[in-house]
Amino acid sequence: MNELTRRRVLRGMLNGSAVTVGLPLLDCFLNGNGNALADGTPMPIRFGTWFWGQGHSKNVFVPKQAGQHYELPEELQSLKDIKQHINVLTNLTAYRDTAFFCHYTGWVVARTGIAPQTGALPLAESIDTTIANQLGRTTRYKTLSVTATGDVRDIISYESPTTPNAPEFSPVNFYTRMFGPDFQDPNAPTFSPSPTVMVRKSALSGVMDKIKGLETKVGAADKVRLDQYFTGLRHLENQFDQQLTKPEPRPACVMPAAMKDMDTGSDSTLVAQRHAMMTDLLAMAVACDQTRIFNMVYSYGFSNTTKAGYDKPHHTCTHEEPKDDKLGYQPNASWFVRRAMESWAHYVKAFAAIKEGDGTLLDNCLIMANSDVSEARVHSIEEMAAFTAGKMGGKFKTGLHIPCGGAKITNLGLTALQSFGFDMKTWGQKSNETDKTVSELLV
Amino acid sequence: MRLAFSKSVFLSCAIVAGGLLAGCTGPASQSAAVKSDTAVVAKAGAEPDAQGTPKHLRALTQEQYLNTLAYVFGPDVQIEPHFPPSQRTDGLLALGTSRNGVSSAQLELYQKAAVGVAQLVTNPSRRKFLLTCKPASDTAADAACASTFFTRVGRLIHRRPLTPAELSEYVDEAGKSANQLHDFYKGLAVSIEAMLISPDVLFVLETSERDPAKAGGERLDAFSFATRLSLFLWNAAPDDELLRAAEKGDLQNPKGRLTQVNRMLASPRLEKGVRAFFDDMFAFDAFAALSKDAVAYPAFTGVTAADAREETLRVVVDQLITKQADYRDLFTTRETFISPRLAAIYKLPAPPAWTRYTFPDDSPRAGILTHVSFLATHAHPVRSSPTMRGKALRELLLCQPVPPPPPNVDFSALENPTSPFKTTRDRVNFHLKNPVCAGCHRITDPMGLALENFDGVGGFRDSEKGQQIDASGSFDGKPFTGAVGLGKALHGNPALTACLVKRAYSYGSGSAATNDDKPLLDYYDGRFGAESYKLPSLLRTIAMSGAFARVAVPKAQAAGDAATPAATKVHE
Repeated sequence: MNELTRRRVLRGMLNGSAVTVGLPLLDCFLNGNGNALADGTPMPIRFGTWFWGQGHSKNVFVPKQAGQHYELPEELQSLKDIKQHINVLTNLTAYRDTAFFCHYTGWVVARTGIAPQTGALPLAESIDTTIANQLGRTTRYKTLSVTATGDVRDIISYESPTTPNAPEFSPVNFYTRMFGPDFQDPNAPTFSPSPTVMVRKSALSGVMDKIKGLETKVGAADKVRLDQYFTGLRHLENQFDQQLTKPEPRPACVMPAAMKDMDTGSDSTLVAQRHAMMTDLLAMAVACDQTRIFNMVYSYGFSNTTKAGYDKPHHTCTHEEPKDDKLGYQPNASWFVRRAMESWAHYVKAFAAIKEGDGTLLDNCLIMANSDVSEARVHSIEEMAAFTAGKMGGKFKTGLHIPCGGAKITNLGLTALQSFGFDMKTWGQKSNETDKTVSELLV
Repeated sequence: MRLAFSKSVFLSCAIVAGGLLAGCTGPASQSAAVKSDTAVVAKAGAEPDAQGTPKHLRALTQEQYLNTLAYVFGPDVQIEPHFPPSQRTDGLLALGTSRNGVSSAQLELYQKAAVGVAQLVTNPSRRKFLLTCKPASDTAADAACASTFFTRVGRLIHRRPLTPAELSEYVDEAGKSANQLHDFYKGLAVSIEAMLISPDVLFVLETSERDPAKAGGERLDAFSFATRLSLFLWNAAPDDELLRAAEKGDLQNPKGRLTQVNRMLASPRLEKGVRAFFDDMFAFDAFAALSKDAVAYPAFTGVTAADAREETLRVVVDQLITKQADYRDLFTTRETFISPRLAAIYKLPAPPAWTRYTFPDDSPRAGILTHVSFLATHAHPVRSSPTMRGKALRELLLCQPVPPPPPNVDFSALENPTSPFKTTRDRVNFHLKNPVCAGCHRITDPMGLALENFDGVGGFRDSEKGQQIDASGSFDGKPFTGAVGLGKALHGNPALTACLVKRAYSYGSGSAATNDDKPLLDYYDGRFGAESYKLPSLLRTIAMSGAFARVAVPKAQAAGDAATPAATKVHE
């Protein structure tokens, strides 16, 4: 198969099908076992997240059985093709501590370990940043954050309490950022460093020096902001270094075809399409080792996803639709959750569809998914659900339903952090502080 | 963090300014302004002793960056940098710029933008206009030519003259790069890029100096004041003339400052500044993600949304700048502008392009509350929402925050299949029966219900599900009917102008007004009223006030400022 054909195959995949594509793995890229690069470097391990707003309907979401042999309830039916790749965690608890912010406190606790004091800003960096600060220094992007909502304000990642990571919200902008003129194909046969980038890098050191002069003139809070800026400049310097260094070959990396932008709007069909386009780009960006840390928002806490012909967007629906006595849940609210689960399935499949070594890209990922609440109707942050996907290079089991018995949702975060090598005995603060992990997840 | 100051130690600059103004001799128009000022002071009193605001480190917004580039390099140097917005804080995005940090991803966007600008500026078709010198050789360094360029451009981009060391760094870097790349212009571009991602360019660092009017007092230095003034009035960095005034010390005396403020208020660039302020105050950033159900509202598209935003901003500019009308008239005027897309919502014959239009006297539409902008952004994708509209009215226009709903309220009785509620009014009134809900809904709903003649995108309707719409409402106990009545009620409510004053001061100074600022805000509002609620007068009053330049030093200027934003007690 020549390179052109290979690209065609991948383009087909990126257009929506989700089967594993058997790429010709060039032997010279890998060691004899197919689980590391030829020079013995292990396959990189990545951390990803996925977020959906408005929780779930307990009686049709929570599996009746625990462990490996559980049946997918109604609301999770669309996960049947990815069941072997994921774990379902149920009955997790977030604690509000002081104030409570509906559709906000729950996810902020899950992602930062600390209940927020205001509805505007979290009190700590988010977990993806913590991991990225360790893992993300060798890639072109330290992290990538993407939203399928089309709204740049749907922020789920924070570099610091006052520094949000605004998400990519337009598929075309995202494509250009990933695969535009600055993209270096890691599998290109030739490589010549750009002289312009060399001088650009040299000029950057002068910019960095300016921070020192400014820092003497500001208070402590602004100094933190300048430090953040300096970190950004370092990251930029790292990007220039990347551009000046021949990248490691990545057999799974194939530059996707350019795409057209799509309409704005929050109709569930549009959101699903936008989610699929951006997920496929994101998965390929990870396969091309442009980043090892990534976040996706399918819908936000105050989800305004709409259903054609139904007069309430998702958030309003959860508050105004009566529970159906026979079903035991809100039918339209559940309809929205089911659409979210379809997109979660697409997300997992996209990573599972890319072959890497003797496994898949997903095998070398840990993806953590969570929501803002459990029952959105009453903004409950008890009995929350979460997922993981991927084996994290063999460290994580998959295929399980794990009832957590009301354990802290921060246990999941601590499990991830420790698995990524953080020497951390506890994570979180106040009631959300934990020293326990979800041991069932670990091999 | 609550800021506490010793008010008594500060002498009001306004009193000083007023005294000097009374004695200054200037052009006829200035003399007239002084006479008028004397009358206004007599009516509104003198500026109280106010604390001023802290010095800030403000990140330039995308619009400020682009407006500045357009001035420095010309309007055809256009890029689409996609800088993310700051987070809305105390009602304004502008306040978020003093708190938010810059993420690595954002810095990458700044760098990309800088590359784009540098390429455009050094492009062969533009270089002859944008460079006032020609290098001795196109393929090598030319320090003299680069120096000429960076002396002029660096001063405008940095908002102050470059120090000799800074100039030499840019020139040296350009030279080194030019020699390595064998191209003078490419070398210049690399230095331009570096300048455009410099922290002292992308961040506005306010610095202060001793205030000669008060022992121990501090005021913004001339260049920091010039930038604060320019961002306030033009939403851009200072122009050459303002920087010259700063260099000569003119901005630090009332006469020179008034000359500059009046010049800026008379400039066409005021329009961009006023648009930016109202776009922020009206929370029009919501338009970026506004969408409506295509089945329910097929006439409403992304273009309609953009036009709706533009309509209101055009009316703001026309009424408040061009006609210098009373700010309160924004809520009663029948005059507007319509586009072909908006005509479809207003059910009017489509004009070929944007055109002035006056709603007839018997029209249910009057004032910006009846614009598609306000009605569509504060409604559900598929239906109207008196609560959302009433809440927006309270929060955005009257600065009266409405608490969020309690976390565990069950609204499902509204949707029960046997529900007796046919109209939105019935549904909304149901809230009033539940004491937990009634407290807040009594604040929002009676105002929002007066807009019920307009559906979720602002189209007129007189019935809902076969029921005649009852558009009666009330505002703080005063009953009225329909949107026209609501506009009149707002027009007569003192909170309307007080809110504008508060927002304008917060926006201009970069600090949320606190309880301690109430006397100052009352003073601004008093002068605003004495000058017939003309916006330029309010902007002039704020810009000329001592408080606008005065630096408040917090008692405990220490760590934790950003970590405890909730502790700032805000006067609402």
